[in-house]
Amino acid sequence: MANEKRSFAVEVTNVSFAYDQQNVLEDIQMNISKGSFLGLVGPNGSGKSTLIKLMLGLLKPDSGEIKLFGTDIKHFEQWNKIGFVSQKANSFNSGFPATVFEVVSMGLYGKVGLFRFLSKKDKQKVKETIAQVGMSEYEKTNIGNLSGGQQQRVFIARALVSSPDLLILDEPTVGVDQQSVANFYYMLEKLNRESGITLILVTHDVGAMTDYVTDVACLNKCLHFHGGSDDFAENKDSMMSKMYGHDVHLLEHNHDHHDHDHSHDHDHAGRSADD
Amino acid sequence: MELLQGLSFLERGIAAGLMIGLIAPVVGAFLLVRRMTIISEGLSQVTLTGIATGVLMNQTMVWTEGINPLYTGFFFALIGSLVVERLRTVYKHFQELAIPVILSAGLGMSAILISSSGVSNTEWFNFLFGSIITVSAGDLLFIFIAGAAGLMILGLFYKEWLSISFDAEFAYTTGISVKWMNFLFAVLIALVISMSISVVGVLLVGALVTLPVASSLQLANSFRQVILYGILFGEGAVILGVIGSYYLNIATGGMIVVTGIILLFAAAGMKKVIHRCKRKSYLARLKEASS
Repeated sequence: MANEKRSFAVEVTNVSFAYDQQNVLEDIQMNISKGSFLGLVGPNGSGKSTLIKLMLGLLKPDSGEIKLFGTDIKHFEQWNKIGFVSQKANSFNSGFPATVFEVVSMGLYGKVGLFRFLSKKDKQKVKETIAQVGMSEYEKTNIGNLSGGQQQRVFIARALVSSPDLLILDEPTVGVDQQSVANFYYMLEKLNRESGITLILVTHDVGAMTDYVTDVACLNKCLHFHGGSDDFAENKDSMMSKMYGHDVHLLEHNHDHHDHDHSHDHDHAGRSADD
Repeated sequence: MELLQGLSFLERGIAAGLMIGLIAPVVGAFLLVRRMTIISEGLSQVTLTGIATGVLMNQTMVWTEGINPLYTGFFFALIGSLVVERLRTVYKHFQELAIPVILSAGLGMSAILISSSGVSNTEWFNFLFGSIITVSAGDLLFIFIAGAAGLMILGLFYKEWLSISFDAEFAYTTGISVKWMNFLFAVLIALVISMSISVVGVLLVGALVTLPVASSLQLANSFRQVILYGILFGEGAVILGVIGSYYLNIATGGMIVVTGIILLFAAAGMKKVIHRCKRKSYLARLKEASS
């Protein structure tokens, strides 16, 4: 496996970015392998969302280059290969008069192209994807009438409906209750394992995330760590204090519901060691 | 054109009203979900500036004689619409600021142009409040061309606009050109505002764009329903308004708007009734299950 030429879903090379005069990202170098499930962690204001926006072409880097599936982002056109679930999905206008079916259909609009409507096959695909996230019985329900966790599933379906090879999620669990978060992570892990979709999950929920992902990247302006999730788990404490400073314990107390020692035995973590 | 001239003044008025009743609510539905229904108020004032310019050009320059002021009205509405779009990106966090800027600019310029035009007050009154009986064959032609163009681009870009309105960032990541779509939407708004002026007038255009969707929002569950019910409410207001104004001999524009308001109350009442019925049957079922 080591000899095999690894192909990357995302290649970030020497990327820097600043808002006005303020440096947000400095010289980021990161290659994300196809089929991996990457947890991207860092404190608030560490540039996680900015890095994601750069990868999606929503922002342009001040220097350096980004490649998606081997193509320079400036020339990249297969946007239907990339699904995106934004942080803002939690704070959309909840009065928006649209059904679950309509919202999920939006994921296909770019793929279908100009001047054309959804075909029967497309509609079937929308229904299947809604079923995939377990929301079939809510197909005709207004999106505003769902709970936060259910809405998040709908947004995942919207991102998945175009059958992307890469799914990027920016803090998708903000405002979602704990039980739903666990189910949600499990759903992502299953997607990654069964469909081979490359996943990038941005989160500051360091504790729960490490049980599900295959790789972890720690970001705070610069990239502090990028490697397997079990490597990360071993060096977690030193990593955390390097990144967060002295507030580590407070943070872990809030977010980490797992005992550290047990998390190594978890079968999800064990799987990533084989990759 | 000959066909249009063959129609009686009442038939022309009704045809114009039906076209507007069809397209205004559809545009209104998109304005609603983009939280910019108020834009119609601002743009109608700019359209007035355009109409005043058209009237003035007809008076002063021999070579433009015969140009329908609605065309200059549309041209100004288009510029205004694009300026609003631009202002919304400049004042990203205060997007509503664009409206008073464009509204006062339009009204100010209109005041200057009108005062120097020397046209009778009655004519300006028609522009302000609309007059279905003075819809000329030329006006009707403009309304049909603008309406057909509007309906065509609505059909073509319905899904792109829906996606952008719901979540522009996501729409961009699916490969939709948000900039282009926003530009086309600005064109659409300008078309609809300028074609509505001759029937309901500058001051009442906003009502035709917003009232039908305000009513349909009471009853609709999906965006598609917002549009379908909106068209029903829009056409309902136009037809009932025209009939009412004919028999009561009062201003048509005003009557259409007042009918729209009545329909809004009716829709709200209907929602309550539906809600109560659902609740009743739910409670009955609950009782049945427990006994």
